[in-house]
Amino acid sequence: LLKDTKLMDVKLGQLGTWLAMRDFTPQGILGAMRRGYDRYYNKYINVRKGGLGGISMVLAGYIVLSYMWSYSHVKHDRRRKYH
Amino acid sequence: MNLSFFDQFSSPSLLGIPLILISLTFPALLLPSPGNRWITNRLSTLQLWLINLITKQLMTPLNKKGHKWALILTSLMIFLLLINLLGLLPYTFTPTTQLSMNLALAFPLWLATLLTGLRNQPSATLGHLLPEGTPTPLIPALIMIETTSLLIRPLALGVRLTANLTAGHLLIQLISTATMALSSTMPVVSILTFLVLFLLTILEVAVAMIQAYVFVLLLSLYLQENI
Repeated sequence: LLKDTKLMDVKLGQLGTWLAMRDFTPQGILGAMRRGYDRYYNKYINVRKGGLGGISMVLAGYIVLSYMWSYSHVKHDRRRKYH
Repeated sequence: MNLSFFDQFSSPSLLGIPLILISLTFPALLLPSPGNRWITNRLSTLQLWLINLITKQLMTPLNKKGHKWALILTSLMIFLLLINLLGLLPYTFTPTTQLSMNLALAFPLWLATLLTGLRNQPSATLGHLLPEGTPTPLIPALIMIETTSLLIRPLALGVRLTANLTAGHLLIQLISTATMALSSTMPVVSILTFLVLFLLTILEVAVAMIQAYVFVLLLSLYLQENI
């Protein structure tokens, strides 16, 4: 069934139909976020000898997000001679 | 466009969605709930150790009735600590540099301690306005002074946190600008400035943690007098 195939197994031609069949209700989106969080948590943090990399990736993602959010403000600073 | 050093404190927004919302809720992602294992993962163990340390430290001086405040004081402490520390990462936005937010945190909590005191033990709360053993001629002046000191507490709490964090961020930006500007003309001076920047960053990490602690500690102190 197309509905149950994972994203990596979907052929390119079927991508449009597959996307249309996904659950875009608020519950669906929350469920997807919860699944994503659980996947990350169980792979990198909830392990016997979790290291620094688990939270570092999260913090790096946060830095990138903050950069994207303030890009329009920061881009004026690039070629300025006097700040 | 008139660029100043204070632009880092303006609340950035993308398509109308302010970054402050994400900056406020992001620390919650870093604190997973421990689950029901006997030995938890390293992050949860660290977090549990920290929360136990903070709660013990805050609740020891309080009497039994004050223990009702344990949840709000500990969560406030963790909140401020994480927000301050996350603000030191590049390009991040620190919500506690906004005076509005700090006053919004300080004022209701201080008022709650005051009203608890006035409601449960009004004469003892008012008695705090006059320390023991003052000479009689000084009494009117001292009461005025103590009342002013009492009423200015929420303002002091909010402004202290704002000023410390804002000043720290501003200093980091100024010194790093100086380092970059000097690196092309006088590299040796630039290295010295870089050293200053390094030490300043260590100071800022300490200040971030200390300011969160001081905020909550003072609140618990005001609570002790009144509960």
